[in-house]
Amino acid sequence: MSNILVKVENIVKSFGGLVALNDCSLDIKTNSITGIIGPNGSGKTTLFNVITGNLKPDTGNIFYNGIEITNYESHELFHLGILRTFQIAHEFTNMTVIENLMVVPGDQKGEKLLYSLLYDKKIKKEDEEIRDKAMEVLQFLKIEHLKNERAGNLSGGQKKLLELARTMMVDAKIVFLDEVGAGVNKTLLKDISESILKLNQDKGYTFCMIEHDFNFISELCDPVIVLAEGSVLFKGTAQEVKQNEQVIESYLGKGIKK
Amino acid sequence: MDFLNSIILLTNFIIVPGITYGSQLALGAIGVTLIYGVLRFANFAYGDLMAFGTMIVILVTWYLQSKGISFGLLPTALIALPVGILFTIAVSLFFDKTVFEYYREKKSNPVTFIVVSLGIMFVLNAVVRIIIGPNDINFMDGHKFIMKAREFKQLTGLNEGLAIKSTQVITLITTIITCALLFYFLNKTKTGKSMRAYSDNEDLALLSGIDPKRIVLLTWVIVSILATVAGTLYGLDKSFKPFTYFNNLLPIFAATIVGGIGNPLGAFYGGFLIAFSEIALTYAYKKFFKYLMPESLEPSTLIQFISTDYKFAISFAILIIVLIFRPNGIFKGKVI
Ligand SMILES: Nc1ncnc2c1ncn2[C@@H]1O[C@H](COP(=O)(O)OP(=O)(O)O)[C@@H](O)[C@H]1O
Ligand SMILES: [Mg+2]
Repeated sequence: MSNILVKVENIVKSFGGLVALNDCSLDIKTNSITGIIGPNGSGKTTLFNVITGNLKPDTGNIFYNGIEITNYESHELFHLGILRTFQIAHEFTNMTVIENLMVVPGDQKGEKLLYSLLYDKKIKKEDEEIRDKAMEVLQFLKIEHLKNERAGNLSGGQKKLLELARTMMVDAKIVFLDEVGAGVNKTLLKDISESILKLNQDKGYTFCMIEHDFNFISELCDPVIVLAEGSVLFKGTAQEVKQNEQVIESYLGKGIKK
Repeated sequence: MDFLNSIILLTNFIIVPGITYGSQLALGAIGVTLIYGVLRFANFAYGDLMAFGTMIVILVTWYLQSKGISFGLLPTALIALPVGILFTIAVSLFFDKTVFEYYREKKSNPVTFIVVSLGIMFVLNAVVRIIIGPNDINFMDGHKFIMKAREFKQLTGLNEGLAIKSTQVITLITTIITCALLFYFLNKTKTGKSMRAYSDNEDLALLSGIDPKRIVLLTWVIVSILATVAGTLYGLDKSFKPFTYFNNLLPIFAATIVGGIGNPLGAFYGGFLIAFSEIALTYAYKKFFKYLMPESLEPSTLIQFISTDYKFAISFAILIIVLIFRPNGIFKGKVI
């Protein structure tokens, strides 16, 4: 049991009359790359929002390493190593790419308000370390040439990479990726998938990713969880998912490409 | 000679007052814009927050004066300023804890926040009038003029005098220092960048590990400093009257919106734009033209675009023109 990193138990989340998550339960294993698929509107993004503290569930519990985190705020989860990217890329529009990354470690523990106002060697050194880290991340993702670009000017695909970069600024434990591949060209997609694998293997990141491109999913993910109408329909390897009749049925007529 | 006289005339009646009033509006507008950017509402209580801070400064000034303490050539109010700032921070945090936090946690919409801030405006309004009264108070002591018009005339031999009040210089210097510190903080320090990040995209900021409580606290602290400083400078330069402070909300909001709401540098420029428009459009240019035109062409009217009675109409007109023609540039990225 100890290798379960995130446990989602009986989550219900509704918006007015619409039940987006309906008694949803699932586990994410430590160091896995768990894929999540499902038709549009099946509640995938809502599931992420609930886990990462953007939304509070109506009922149900979420555990992380055995601790209940259901009511934690996003920034508290961040400090536990739980990070995410957004389906529609978010960025600090008016900051440069490198500035976007440099805000990421959030508030330094014990950083006093007044202290931060003063010119201080220690702060300066910390700042340089963060800058180095940011450069390292940009190089890792092969986007160091964009470092001084205003984030608002990036293309959709570049914004996705910036989102991924953000998650690499700290030693994350688990990263939730909401359709990082969508709208990204093939070469970039290959880079992203390599980065994910590398982070998973070298740095021990656990990933949970929503993706529509089934090839992308089957290359990276094990297990794959299928959501339908707000709850888990099926869980298995990509191969099993492909062959499962229920899954095929839930997608029938939905026009999802194989 | 006439040309020089005309320049001095404009400097004396438009440029010097414009820089002073512009500084005061700029400080006010930066405060409003920071509240909007970070806390995401238009704070109608801001004028009265300025009045509150200034009132404390005046009370402390009186106390100091009663003890025989003064600041030499400078106004005593400058010694009282830090106390005023502390009280204003306390009041802001009090209202945040007791009122705004509740609506923030409920994720109320901006209109609710506006109404709530109107409520606080009335409360502050009443508190100030109960404590210090509704009347005009002049609390400027110290040396009044750096340069008197008469001295200037004697010195230069010109017809026109240039008077520079010490409050005008104090206003300018204080504004430069305050803004330099503020922009250094926002652009260079990590905490300042976190604040900008939070203002830019709240969800993402939270997911970047930025603690919203800290940002909110910090914003109220900065805003209270700005409100007290702006209020005190205005009061020293003109006089303190609670109703005037409430009235100043209009030019301050106009400056905020002209500069692009949520944008501190824009608010800074907006303050000067509004101040210069107001002063330049209400000035009577008759004398100016008298210096420049041959006698035959001398104007017979005052050549004043708008009477000073209508100076608030100028802010209002600019506000509306901007809202009609540049609404996208103004509310860029922010949803009301
Ligand atoms: N904030 C919200 N307010 C109202 N309805 C929402 C909200 N977020 C999601 N929904 C609804 O919940 C359902 C699930 O949405 P979502 O989780 O985004 O699906 P998916 O990511 O699987 O496409 C959809 O019907 C969507 O319209
Ligand atoms: Mg989605």
